[in-house]
Amino acid sequence: MKTIVLDAKNLTKLYNHTKVVDSINLQIEEGEIFGFLGPNGAGKTTTILMALGLTEPTSGEINVFGYNSTREPLKVKKITSYLPENVGYYEDLTAQENLKYITRLNGIPGKKADAKIEEVLKNVGLQDVAQVEVGKYSKGMKQRLGMAAVLVKEPKLAILDEPTTGIDPKGVEEILELIVKMSREQNITVLLSSHLLYQVQKICTKIGIISQGRIVAQGTIEEIGKSLLKEEKEDLLEVKVANKLTPALEESIKQIEGVMGVEKKSPDHSLEEIYIKYFREG
Amino acid sequence: MSGLKVVFWKELADYLGSRKFLILFTIILVSAISIVYILSQNIGEYLSEISKEYVFLNFFTISLGALPSFIFFVSFFGPLIGIIFGFDAINSERSKGTMSTVLSQPIYRDALINGKFLAGLATISIMLISIILIILGLELGVLGIVPNLEEISRIIVFFIASVIYIGFWMSMGILFSIIFRQTTTSALVSLMMWIFFAFFILMISNVIADQVTPLNQNSTLEMIAKNENIKSMIMHISPVVLFQEITIALLNPSARVFGISALIKANDLLPTPLPLSQSLMVIWPQFVGLLALMLICFAVSYIVFMRQEIRAT
Ligand SMILES: Nc1ncnc2c1ncn2[C@@H]1O[C@H](COP(=O)(O)OP(=O)(O)OP(=O)(O)O)[C@@H](O)[C@H]1O
Ligand SMILES: [Mg+2]
Repeated sequence: MKTIVLDAKNLTKLYNHTKVVDSINLQIEEGEIFGFLGPNGAGKTTTILMALGLTEPTSGEINVFGYNSTREPLKVKKITSYLPENVGYYEDLTAQENLKYITRLNGIPGKKADAKIEEVLKNVGLQDVAQVEVGKYSKGMKQRLGMAAVLVKEPKLAILDEPTTGIDPKGVEEILELIVKMSREQNITVLLSSHLLYQVQKICTKIGIISQGRIVAQGTIEEIGKSLLKEEKEDLLEVKVANKLTPALEESIKQIEGVMGVEKKSPDHSLEEIYIKYFREG
Repeated sequence: MSGLKVVFWKELADYLGSRKFLILFTIILVSAISIVYILSQNIGEYLSEISKEYVFLNFFTISLGALPSFIFFVSFFGPLIGIIFGFDAINSERSKGTMSTVLSQPIYRDALINGKFLAGLATISIMLISIILIILGLELGVLGIVPNLEEISRIIVFFIASVIYIGFWMSMGILFSIIFRQTTTSALVSLMMWIFFAFFILMISNVIADQVTPLNQNSTLEMIAKNENIKSMIMHISPVVLFQEITIALLNPSARVFGISALIKANDLLPTPLPLSQSLMVIWPQFVGLLALMLICFAVSYIVFMRQEIRAT
């Protein structure tokens, strides 16, 4: 069995008597890229903040590599990198200086830190602007600096809260590539919160869907897709046709007694479908 | 290195390299130099006003025509310096999104606020020390006056009092930077507090005292004394008043008592100078009061900050 990296048990958070996170149970295994999905205000960021010990849960608990996030936040934060939504850096410092501050806060000794900073800046493609003040960076460059900041402390778990907001498609591709790369090459477990379903589907090995503070589905996309199918009242039959579906063939299938309709389908359940299924009622 | 140390050095470097430090430093430096310069030009004229025993200290207290004294500069601009260093300490980090980055590193949350507070105090100290040293140097070089030991110890105590005084305004600024999410709001509220403590407190203490013990022609001496007492009690809430009394006693060794008259013309007080230990006795309550105000401000900031949500919303 694989190590459980992040483990939430009945995690609950109340803000002004409303349950923002409601008895969440969540497990993330080592090496996974876990997609954390849900509409605005579902409680994703709140859950993440509790995982890092930055907000206290009202009840329940959350552990990272066996360390309790509330009681041992320093141990958790030592091995966990966090890329916050709306992340910002010191604008009058250079990228290199910003990263240096992070390595110092992590107690990484100077020589090692300098080498690591150079390496991660190269990895995210900022090596040429390492000595430029961050205030002059574009949004995409800042987000890449965010990824560098995640990597520089050599974490075991990376929590990325909407790392691709406000970035052009090419930039999104680059960041996703980076995420996959760090997961594969450095065996970093990733918790990725995002609204971009297509991207999540592309890189995530597992997903969890949260709605109004509750986890409504958890597992691989196929698993969730299949379980959704079972819930349908009508049976769905997959019929393979020899060539393209002709209107005549479609018509003759419809003629068969008991058939409600014929629909052309893409081979797999897309995450988009799953998601919309969960939230089409609002 | 622990988190506190790292934050401290980062913030200190930020402060010392910041534009606001440079501007403030220049302003104070220029005013200090001009005081010494004018004094050196007109030394004969002021010789009668200068106490022979503490020639050196006079350069801090004497006011020359249009130019106010150096202690006036500190008591007037000190609050501004403190506020400028404190008012955006936390809310700017929050709105820029740097706070969650810093606090998600393996440090305790209080390392951030403690580090900022200590770095602010260090910056203020560095600023004051360099300016005092520059004045000392100018006096030595231009006027050829050598301070005696008593004077040096008084200047050291004055320096400590100034750090606490400016430190109070900085902690108050930090407190508002925690309470208010907008830097403009925290700046405005800080300035309002400054105006209140520097100017309105006098008016308010008068109004309240006259409400409690109204005075007229027939008022007994007792009632007048009571009225004065109430006034003085209220005024002593103000760090500006506390600091002014401390500096007068320190830099003007003959000062023994305080009242409105003492604030206006300190030089005319009793002629026999007190030794430092006696002066310290006189201002001990003010000193403790000022320190308490600063610590209370910081303690409240600390508590509020520790209980606050991290998010910018
Ligand atoms: N400090 C707070 N006080 C009160 N309510 C809060 C606070 N912070 C968050 N909330 C509420 O908690 C709920 C969940 O917020 P959260 O930020 O976790 O959602 P999210 O899933 O991250 O949404 P998004 O996709 O918009 O980032 C929201 O309804 C929000 O209004
Ligand atoms: Mg969020």
